Amino acid sequence: MRDLVSSLLTPRGIATALILLVLAALPLLTQAFDQRYLLSIGTRIVIWSIAAVSLNMILGYGGLVSFGHAMFFGIGGYAVGILSAEGISSGWIQWPVAVLAATAWAAVIGALSLRTRGLYFIMITLAFAQLVYYVGSGLEAYGGDDGLNISRSRFPGLIDLRDKASFYWLCLALLCASLWFCGRYANSRFGLVIRGAKSNELRMTALGFPVFRYRLAAFTIAGALGGLSGVLLANEGAYISPAMMSWMKSGDLIVIVVLGGMGTLCGPLYGTIAFFVLEEALPPILNLAHKGWGEYWMIVFGPLLVLIALYARGGIDSLLGRRHD
Amino acid sequence: MEYLLLQVLNGVQLGLLMFLLAAGLTLTLGIMDLVNLAHGSLYMMGAYIAWTLIGVTDSFVLGTLLALAATFLLGVAVEIAVIRRLYTRDHLTQVLATFGLILFFNELVRALWGPAGKSIAIPGFLNRTVEILPGVPYPAYRFAIIVVGAVVAILLAWLVARTRLGMLIRAGASNRRMIGALGVNIELLFSLVFGLGAVFAGLAGLMAAPIATVRIGMGDDILILALVIIVIGGIGSIKGAFIAAMVVGQIDIVGRAFLPDILKTFMSSSAASSAAPAISQVLVYVLMAAVLVWRPTGLFGQRT
Repeated sequence: MRDLVSSLLTPRGIATALILLVLAALPLLTQAFDQRYLLSIGTRIVIWSIAAVSLNMILGYGGLVSFGHAMFFGIGGYAVGILSAEGISSGWIQWPVAVLAATAWAAVIGALSLRTRGLYFIMITLAFAQLVYYVGSGLEAYGGDDGLNISRSRFPGLIDLRDKASFYWLCLALLCASLWFCGRYANSRFGLVIRGAKSNELRMTALGFPVFRYRLAAFTIAGALGGLSGVLLANEGAYISPAMMSWMKSGDLIVIVVLGGMGTLCGPLYGTIAFFVLEEALPPILNLAHKGWGEYWMIVFGPLLVLIALYARGGIDSLLGRRHD
Repeated sequence: MEYLLLQVLNGVQLGLLMFLLAAGLTLTLGIMDLVNLAHGSLYMMGAYIAWTLIGVTDSFVLGTLLALAATFLLGVAVEIAVIRRLYTRDHLTQVLATFGLILFFNELVRALWGPAGKSIAIPGFLNRTVEILPGVPYPAYRFAIIVVGAVVAILLAWLVARTRLGMLIRAGASNRRMIGALGVNIELLFSLVFGLGAVFAGLAGLMAAPIATVRIGMGDDILILALVIIVIGGIGSIKGAFIAAMVVGQIDIVGRAFLPDILKTFMSSSAASSAAPAISQVLVYVLMAAVLVWRPTGLFGQRT
């Protein structure tokens, strides 16, 4: 108990607690101030955070630069969309099928990609993501390039996903579960092997750990969690399209993880919030400086990314002081 | 048979365009160990600058030549402003920073040229057909692309294999630190090579412009394809990039030209015509995955 209190009374603990508190109260706040559309941004922030947490498990803790993580958005989303288009609307079937599909795919491509190193790994994960992207855009029966409107998953008697607030809280609960899981993962023996292999793969191998198998397991777990975020994303907009897994989205996810702080528990959460806040706030700020500039906010955001990449690799998490683990 | 020949030529033309893009990329990757996602932006900038300069000078040839010079300067400027700081960083930093450059250039183009696509007209003296074989006409502009592409490929091969600059480039690809220690001005060499890569990318962009549209993000998808090509060929290998580009060009054209007819035998024709391009794209990525599984550093990559 004293451990919990003392860990909460650090800048990091306070920041996280505050963020989670605001996130938990968001539906009430947006209703009170009549800003409904903020809730949909909030929902997307929470869903993207889950995806970022899953990417952080391999990119942040494992040092494996996967440049195709948005493909799991696509696999989770398309599994839900295809089942729903075929008349299977029960979430009890859709969700497990979607997560299983993402898991299986992650296991297959992980087994192939993890044979390569460095740049080749970046490229092969990107290639697999493009492969999934083009398969999605070639599925004419399910909308092809244009995408497909779907009906949301049904959980009769339990929760109605069409209700914005309940859906938001469900996503938030899943985010908290992912964060809890990731915390356990990072400090387990398994996670320590993954982190050890990031700093020195040769040493871990020499110590007798089958690094490949550990990494494959981590990659698969991250894929499963990424698939779950895809399921949520499809239900958020009631819409699937290849655009949700374009390679630019994979880039956005990497940006988010680095922006928040790689290999830190709550970094993905900070990163997602910062990313979405920048996206919403930069246009009005630029418009204030000169009317009409707001439309071109990426002219500022692009160089900002360059600066972050060059000079702020610790991410937002490092602003909260040194870590003790 | 004629149809087959024309499609093979189209594949060669596409392959040569891809090679121009991939050549610059494989040089920067091989020598400077730099992942440059913004290479596609230089391709796009080349096309947009050419569009403006052709309009200003009212001459395709003059506008094109000026655009190439401008792209070279732009490449060198980008190298000095950003890229130079990235050589010693890890791949993740390079991916992030050049991803930022893509966003910047895409938005810059939207601000300067507007969101609508532009088109460059095929110049009058190339707006006809040539007979490649007696009785087999082929569009002169596409044929010109093949000729220019082939000439540039040969020039590049000569440059890399026979000149002093090429020797330094090859030496740089195998051991950067050593040639620095031997007194070669690496900074200048890197700026030059980067500018050269920019020119090739710009050339590919402006040559593709009359048969495609000049639009925002035109470099993003083709960049990925170029990356796939250099990974298949092996990073740093011009020969590998050439062979891979030719193979990818053929796969793409075969997918567009022949797959629909094959698919129509067991699918509805509209489904077949939309599935075929997707399948040919998928084939390219399957090829890359297969090559990497077979040879984790590509066909002609250096074994480590």
